Amino acid sequence: MTEKKRASLANSSLLIKGGHLIDPAARVDAPMDVLLKNGRVAEVAAPNKIRGRADQKLDARGLIVAPGFIDLHVHLREPGQTHKETIPTGTAAAAAGGFTSVCTMPNTIPVVDSVEWIEWLREPERGAMVNVFAIAAATQASQGTALTDFRALQGAGAIAVTDDGKPILEDAIMRRALVLGGELSLPVVQHAEDTRMTENCSMHAGAQSFRLGLRGMNAAAEASIVERDVLLAMQIPHARLHVAHLSTADALKSVRRGKRAKARVSCEVTPHHFTLTDEDMRDYDSNYKMNPPLRAASDREALLDALGDGTVEAIATDHAPHAAHEKEMEFERAAFGITGLETALALAITRLHREKRIPLMRIVELFTAGPARCFDFRGRGSLVRGSFADVTVFDAKKQWTFDAAQSRSKSKNTPFDGWKLTGKVVATIVGGSLVYSG
Amino acid sequence: MNPARGSLLGIEHLEAAEIVRLLQFARRMNPDKPRPLLKGKRVLLLFYESSTRTRSSFEIAAKSLGAHTVLIQAIGSSIEKGESLLDTGYTVRSVGADIIVIRHPNAGAPHVMAEHIDVPVINAGDGLHEHPSQALLDAYTILRNKKTFKGLQVAIVGDIFHSRVARSACHLLSKFGVKIILCGPPELVPDIAITLAPGIRGTRHMEDALRGTDVVMLLRVQKERLAGLRIDLPEYIARYQMNTARLKLAKKDAIVMHPGPIIRGLELTSEVADGPQARILEEVHNGVPTRMAILARAMGKMR
Repeated sequence: MTEKKRASLANSSLLIKGGHLIDPAARVDAPMDVLLKNGRVAEVAAPNKIRGRADQKLDARGLIVAPGFIDLHVHLREPGQTHKETIPTGTAAAAAGGFTSVCTMPNTIPVVDSVEWIEWLREPERGAMVNVFAIAAATQASQGTALTDFRALQGAGAIAVTDDGKPILEDAIMRRALVLGGELSLPVVQHAEDTRMTENCSMHAGAQSFRLGLRGMNAAAEASIVERDVLLAMQIPHARLHVAHLSTADALKSVRRGKRAKARVSCEVTPHHFTLTDEDMRDYDSNYKMNPPLRAASDREALLDALGDGTVEAIATDHAPHAAHEKEMEFERAAFGITGLETALALAITRLHREKRIPLMRIVELFTAGPARCFDFRGRGSLVRGSFADVTVFDAKKQWTFDAAQSRSKSKNTPFDGWKLTGKVVATIVGGSLVYSG
Repeated sequence: MNPARGSLLGIEHLEAAEIVRLLQFARRMNPDKPRPLLKGKRVLLLFYESSTRTRSSFEIAAKSLGAHTVLIQAIGSSIEKGESLLDTGYTVRSVGADIIVIRHPNAGAPHVMAEHIDVPVINAGDGLHEHPSQALLDAYTILRNKKTFKGLQVAIVGDIFHSRVARSACHLLSKFGVKIILCGPPELVPDIAITLAPGIRGTRHMEDALRGTDVVMLLRVQKERLAGLRIDLPEYIARYQMNTARLKLAKKDAIVMHPGPIIRGLELTSEVADGPQARILEEVHNGVPTRMAILARAMGKMR
């Protein structure tokens, strides 16, 4: 879509009619019509009670209308790795998955550690189909030794800082990052992995890794870093810690402790970690290889509980596309990561709602108000009047089969190819314009 | 794609009846009486890791069956230039390989190969995972000496964690109800090891492992795979080295096995290595008929 065309659409109006609105931030769970005008939410009212006129209508009968989904953790691979993904292909996949906003990770080539690259990512020429928010590197070139200029990066539009792909390992550097981030109210996103414990490891340490002869990552490698970071966040005034892709029961204990102490600690969980365990891995299928790895069944159970009880703020995909030749090789040498944008909602509905009986209200919160709180998204994550006109419309009952070959992502590295799932995105609206309909 | 018929990727998923068939067929194989079961066939030996016994015995086994062999090693081939595992696989397939025998430092490499290439793939050792031909020749050796698996107790001593030989042996012996005892320090014999197959127990004490044991399988401490793990060698020797005195704790007619290469003075003394109970060279000898059976099976000629 050209910018001009989108602008013209944004200036038009759209009435979403006959749907069931779930807006957790506004505590709405009822049949409601929604009128979008000039890129904003103009009116929300009971069925047939909208007063304003609309140029276009979207029939949402039998569908759930929700605030546009926000993904806090996506690898769009730009700059530098366009053979894996581009901003247009990655955001097309996001749109198909119902995400209207994605946060892109800085572990690119080069690393996004400067104002110039943040600005480059935000230019309209990048061709994004949904809102892209940049997360900047926390340390220069993500080498873990010298912090980047948080203030300048935030000024340029960075929404958080991280060295994702690697941890911020040094105690002193992490402490300094939390102090600086606290002063600026900038979240520090930690990839919690004590890499001194995980050298040459390619999956979770357990019976399965022993059987396969693969060196395993001990759950303690994650939990120990989360424990340290939470303790630091409890000591440092205003510090904001966000734990990326949390995967272990022990790490959850630390997060709970931090929350009890009123520290500003938040965390996200990926769909694959709440869906699969290390036992599910097909022997040496690198589409099951990611970091953090698929964990033990007891870890998955703990994640399910934490997703239900509010300990976890957000479902984030950690969408990590890789070309086939980077995956189809010796398991230990294959790249870490799987794609996830197009299967996230369906996995949440299938696993969390239908199997675990977590209410849809809570699931929508994990995709909207929850992530919006983590990184202070203003005007997003809710559809109260005046909000940005970012809307996700989905069918919570629709059964479908995911076909990776049809994915909009440039890469097809997913363990969910051929899975029968429930819950499908029907329309994705960004700034008032329809960017996906399915 | 499923692995081609006749592939041998590991012992774990092999049925007991198939193992029996392989071992019975191996008994009929004799390199001194060549049988042209694989006449004109091409066996590609793809070795990404060094090997003496496995490589030479696969080569002799193939030639004894009338096949041609081509050896490709990582050093001195396109692998050195960065060719991927699968591209090497496609290349040797195009050259006309009928069987690919692969030794690789990464667990699962033969599985990746077999999933993409429609030629029987034989795992000649993959990382820490499995070494199925070794397990089969060890089973062959045990049966030559003990006649039956029934009621046997086997102690496997040493570096289980880094040993593909141990993993394959555990799978195989477990399928026949053998009592398996794993013995070594926690770094080398983690508690999780006993979950590998039914009928395995672990111990830290040699006395416990050896009492009532029919077969002692020793393993080399694999210094090249320790990856930062520090093992106190004098302590290891003091607690786990197999010497004449310790061997007396086992059954009188117990045999001592070792997949080699042996390090004299470390996991065993020269007295044990050269003693009357050692079957270490017999194992090497049995490698040839066993691998003849494996290759014949790969081509559907095990009849």
